[in-house]
Amino acid sequence: MTEIKPKAAPSALNETGAVRLRRSRFDRLRILLSRAPLTAWFGMIVVAIYGIAAVFAPWIAPYGEAEIFAKADDVWSKEHWLGTDQIGRDVLTRLLYGARNTVGIALGTTMLSFLIGGGLGLMAAIDRGWIDQVFSRGIDVLMAIPSLIFALMLLAIFDSSIIGLILIIGVLDATRVFRLARSVSLNIAVMDYVEAARLRGENMGWIMTREILPNILPPLIAEFGLRFIFVFLTIAALSFLGMGVQPPTADWGSMVRENARWITYVPYFPFQEALYYALKPLLPAGCIALLTIAVNFIVDWFLHETSGLRDV
Amino acid sequence: MSEATKTPSPLLLDMKNICIEGFADERWHPIIKGVDLQLNRGEVLGLIGESGAGKSTLGKAAMGYTQPGCRITQGEVWFDGQDLAQAKTREKRAIWGTRISYVAQSAAASFNPAHRLIDQTIRASKRLSDRNEAELRRDAIELFDALNLPEPETIGQRYPHQVSGGQLQRVMTAMAMSSLPDLIIFDEPTTALDVTTQVEVLASIRNIVSQFNTAAIYITHDLAVVAQMADRIKVLRYGEEVEQADTRTMLSDPKQDYTKSLWSVRSLEKPGHASDDVLLAIENIDAAYGTAKVLHDVSIKLPRGRTVAVVGESGSGKSTAARVITGLLPQSKGSVTFDGQALPPKLSNRSKEQLRRIQMIYQMADTAMNPRQTVGQIIGRPLEFYLGLRGKEQERRVIELLEMIELDASFYDRLPDELSGGQKQRICIARALAAEPDIIICDEVTSALDQIVQEGILNLLQRLQNEFGIAYLFITHDIATVRAISDEIVVMWQGKVVEQGMKNEILSPPHPAYSELLLSSVPEMNPDWLDTLLTRREAGGEGVIKAQD
Amino acid sequence: MLRLFEVIGKRLLLGFVTLFIVSLLIFSAISLLPGDFAQAVLGQSATEDTLAAFRAGLGLDKPLIQRYFDWIVGVMRGDFGSSFSGRNSSGFDLSRPVLEIMAPKLRNTVFLALVTAVIAVPLALILGLLTALFRNSIFDRSANGLTLTTISAPEFFLAYILIIGFGGLLPTIANVKPDMGLFERLRLVALPTITLTLVIVAHMMRMTRAAIINLLASPYIEMARLSGASQTEIIFRHALPNAWAPIATVIAFNLAYLVVGVVVVEVVFTYEGIGKLMVDSVGSRDIPVVQACALIFAATYILLNLLADLIGIFTNPRLLHPR
Repeated sequence: MTEIKPKAAPSALNETGAVRLRRSRFDRLRILLSRAPLTAWFGMIVVAIYGIAAVFAPWIAPYGEAEIFAKADDVWSKEHWLGTDQIGRDVLTRLLYGARNTVGIALGTTMLSFLIGGGLGLMAAIDRGWIDQVFSRGIDVLMAIPSLIFALMLLAIFDSSIIGLILIIGVLDATRVFRLARSVSLNIAVMDYVEAARLRGENMGWIMTREILPNILPPLIAEFGLRFIFVFLTIAALSFLGMGVQPPTADWGSMVRENARWITYVPYFPFQEALYYALKPLLPAGCIALLTIAVNFIVDWFLHETSGLRDV
Repeated sequence: MSEATKTPSPLLLDMKNICIEGFADERWHPIIKGVDLQLNRGEVLGLIGESGAGKSTLGKAAMGYTQPGCRITQGEVWFDGQDLAQAKTREKRAIWGTRISYVAQSAAASFNPAHRLIDQTIRASKRLSDRNEAELRRDAIELFDALNLPEPETIGQRYPHQVSGGQLQRVMTAMAMSSLPDLIIFDEPTTALDVTTQVEVLASIRNIVSQFNTAAIYITHDLAVVAQMADRIKVLRYGEEVEQADTRTMLSDPKQDYTKSLWSVRSLEKPGHASDDVLLAIENIDAAYGTAKVLHDVSIKLPRGRTVAVVGESGSGKSTAARVITGLLPQSKGSVTFDGQALPPKLSNRSKEQLRRIQMIYQMADTAMNPRQTVGQIIGRPLEFYLGLRGKEQERRVIELLEMIELDASFYDRLPDELSGGQKQRICIARALAAEPDIIICDEVTSALDQIVQEGILNLLQRLQNEFGIAYLFITHDIATVRAISDEIVVMWQGKVVEQGMKNEILSPPHPAYSELLLSSVPEMNPDWLDTLLTRREAGGEGVIKAQD
Repeated sequence: MLRLFEVIGKRLLLGFVTLFIVSLLIFSAISLLPGDFAQAVLGQSATEDTLAAFRAGLGLDKPLIQRYFDWIVGVMRGDFGSSFSGRNSSGFDLSRPVLEIMAPKLRNTVFLALVTAVIAVPLALILGLLTALFRNSIFDRSANGLTLTTISAPEFFLAYILIIGFGGLLPTIANVKPDMGLFERLRLVALPTITLTLVIVAHMMRMTRAAIINLLASPYIEMARLSGASQTEIIFRHALPNAWAPIATVIAFNLAYLVVGVVVVEVVFTYEGIGKLMVDSVGSRDIPVVQACALIFAATYILLNLLADLIGIFTNPRLLHPR
C-alpha cells in the first residue's frame, strides 16, 4: 500500500502565469482617466455642464420658464442675452429649462426602458423556456415597426402628455434593451459559475443579481448611453414635428420648430441678420447635437476600454 | 576549396538571438527573450513547452511573421540566404505558402468556409510559375490519397464544414505540402483531435514529411507526440530555451531540472483499491438532449472514498452522465441512487442536503468562478448557504480551507483575474470542499493545465481523499491522468459503457475492441511507439472498430 | 437542398406572420380611440344622426374581428378606406379615398429614398471597407470622428446647417410637381438627399467597418496571410465571400432607418411625401390615413429585413452545400 506522497506543500503559492497586478478601485479609475483621450474628456465636461444646467436651471435662469416680455423676436441685448422668441420669452431661460425638461424626459424614458427591457431580458436568458419564447417572439414583432412611426401613430390617438410620451417611447425602446440584455445575459448564463450556483441550489433572484448582473454591467452601461441618445433624438424629433412636448413647457425640439420660420431666408439676408436668424433655431438644435456627440464620445471610449480590445 | 564546391549549405533556417515583444496593458512585454534556432534541410525539430512558453510565437517568427500586437525587436531569421526579419512584406509573401507553409491548430476555423477544399489546397502553389493548375489538382489528389483521406478523387470538391476535424487537419497538411515547400511549421496540429483520430493524423503527417524530405518545425505541448515526430527536440520556457538535444538523448537523458520534471509527470501512479461500499449508483440510464439520445442504458457505480475515472473521447457521453447525476439533465429512463436513497431526477426537486453532498469541479477554472467575486466570497458562499456560517466564523473557515489547498490568507481578497491557472483550480476545489461533500465530480479538471501544475492538482486531490474520504467521479480523456488517480475505470463510447472494473484489470489485456483502440492510441514516450503500433495494426487482429473519423 | 428550402420557408412564414400581427396592431389602434372621436372629427355642431351615420360608416357597430378582416381584405385590394378629412357636421361626405391621397406622395417618397440609396450605399460600403483596411490611420480616425458627429446630430440640425450653407445655390423647399422632369426633380431634392445621405452613410460606414474588422480577425484570414496572399487577395477572395450576410444586414438596417429619417427631412423641406403626410394626418387626427402610412412604413421595414436575411441564407455555404 504505497500512497503517493504529496510534495512539499506551498508550491502553489509561487505559481506564476498570466497574473494581473492587483490594484484598488481608486487606482484603476485614476489609470483609466489618465488614459482617457481628448474626445472622452470633451464628452465628460459637456455632460457635466448639461447636468449642472439641468439641476440648477431655476436658480441659474434669469427669468421664469414661461415668462413673456413685451418685445417678441428681440435681438441679443443686456436684458436678454440671447434675445426673445416669437412670443417674447427669454431664449436663454428657455434653453436652460430646456436642458432640465428635454434631458430629464429622455433620462426618465431610458430608465423606464431599462427597467422593463433589462429585467425581462435577464429573466428570459435565465429561463430559456417558454417565457423566453413568448417574450422573444413578441418583441420581434414589436421591433418590426420603426419606433418613431409607432410613436406617431399612438400620439395620433392619445393626447401627447409628458407622461404619455415617456410611457410610449419607454415601452417601445424597451424592446431593444430586451434584445441586448437577453443576448449578453445568455453569454453569461452558460458560464460554469452560473451552473455551479444552480447546482448549489441558489434561487433565481441570487443568480440574476449576484452572478449575472455584475458581469453584464459594462455592456449595459454602454447601451444605456446609446439608448439615451436614441430616445433623446426620437423625442426631439417628435417635438420638432409638433407631436412631443407641448408648450408652454420649454423643450429644445419644439424651440427649433418655433424658431425655424425664417431659416430658408437666411442665405439671402445680410450677414448680421443672417447670423441672428440662423442662430435662433440652431442654438437649441446645437444643444441637442452637442449632448449626443458628447455621450457618443464617452460611450465610444468606454466600449473601447471594457471590450478588452486594445488596438496597437 | 569549400568555396569552389558550392554545394548548397545543409542549413535551411538559422534564427539568431530572436527577441519578440507583445503589447498588453499599455506596455510592451517580452515574449521571446533571445532564442537561437537552427534547422537543416529535411530535418524535423520538435518545439515543446507549456502554455505561454512562446513556442507558437517562435514558430511563426520562423516565417518572419508576428501576430498583430507583436513585434520582432531583435535578431535575424536567415532562411536560405534571406533575412526574413528584415525582409519587406512583398518579399515574404513570395516565400509564404510556397517555400514555407504553416499548419494551424484549429483546422475548422482556419479553412475559409466559402471555398471548396481543393481550391484552397492549391491556392498558394498556383503562384508558382512552373506549375499549371490541372497538374496541381492532380498532385493534390495524390496528396489526399497519400494522407489516407477517404475518396481522394472527390473529397476536394467538398466544403470545409462537410468533412470531419481529423480529415480537415489532413487536408491542411496537403495544402501545406502542395507547393512542395522546403519547410512546414506544424502548430499543434493534433491538439484539438481525439486520441484515436490523432494516431492516424500523426502517421499521415510523418509519412508525407519523410516522403518529400521536407524540413519541419513541430510545435506541441505533448511530449509523447513530439517523441514520435521529431529528430531533435528543443524545450522552451518563459520565452527562453531550456535545452535541446536529439530525440532519443533528450528522452533518455534530459540535463535540466525543468525538463526532468516535465518527464516525471508521466511516471506518477497509484495502486487501485477495491471497495464494495457503493455510495452512488446510476442504473440503466437513458438520457437525451431534445430528440438526440446521448446515453444508452448506462450504469456506473461509485464506491465510498474511492475514485472512479470515466474515460472516453468527445461525444462518448461522459459529461452527460455527470449532468444526469447532478440533476441538470433529468434522465428519461433508469435511476440514480445516492447513499441508499433514490435521487430525484430534477435538480429543483432535490433537497439542500442532497445538493450539498454532491459537488462539482469544472475543466475551465476561468469560467467556473464569477470574475466579480473575491476568493473570500467564492469560498464563503457555500459555507453560508449550506452550513450557515457568517462573519468572522466564515472568514476563519475560508482561511482554513485556503491552507488546506496549499494557499494562504493573502488570497482572501483576490479576484480570479489575479490568480494563475493552477491557483484558480485550487480555489474551485476549496469551494467544493467548503460544502463538506461526500462526492466531488471532477469534469476534466486537469485538461486545461500545464503538466507540472496538473501534478500538483492531482496530488492535492489524492491528499484530500486520504484525509476526508471523499469519493471522486473523475471524468477525463487523458489516460495518464487515469493511471495517476483512479481506483476503478469506466470506459465509455458513443453513449454506452464499454466496461467498468478495477484499474489493473481495465488497463491490462485482454480488452474489448474499443478499449483496445483507445488505450493503444494513447501516445507513449517511446520514440518507436508509433511505428510499433502501426505495424501491429497493419498486421490486423484488432481492427474490429475503426477510428471514428 | 431540402434544408435550404426549409430555412427559407420558415423565414418567409415568419415575415408573413409578423406582417399579420403588425397589421392587427395598427388596426386595433382605431378601437383605442376615445369614445367621442366622431364628435371631434365632425365638429361640435354635428347632430346625433350624423354621428351615428359616421360610426356606422366606419363599421363600428360590427365586431372587431370582422372589422379587421373587412379592412385587411380592402388593403390587399388597394382600398385603404376613406379619410376623415372632408367630413363635417353637415353630414355631407366630401372625403377622398386614402389611396388617392397617398399614391402621389408615396411616389415622391420612393423617389427620394431611391436617390439617397443609390448615392449612399456604394459610398458607405467603399468608405467602410477603406477605413477597415487602413484601420487606425489618420484617414480612419478622422472618418470615425466625423461620422460620429453626423450620427449624433439630429436630422433637422444637419438640414438647417445645409440650408444655411447651400440655401443660395440649391432650392430649400422641395415642392415637386407631378409634371416635372427628372432633372428638375433631382435639383429640388438635392438638399434632402444630402441630409439623408450624411446620416445613412455615417451609420452604414461604421457598421460595415465593424463587420469587416470582425471578419479580418478570423483564423482563416491569418491562414491566408501565412500562405502568402496579398492584401487585395485577402479582401476580395477570402473576406468578401463571407461578408455578404453582414453587409446585407447593414444595408437593410440602414434603408429601414432611412424610412424613419425621411419623416423629419420631408417636414423640414416641405417635401410632399408620405412622411409629411403622416405627420400632417397625426396633427389632424385623420386616423385612416395614419393607419395606411404606418402600415406602409412597417411593411417596408419588415420586407427589408426579410430580404437581408434571405441574402444571408443564400450566401451561407453551410446551407447551400449541406453535408
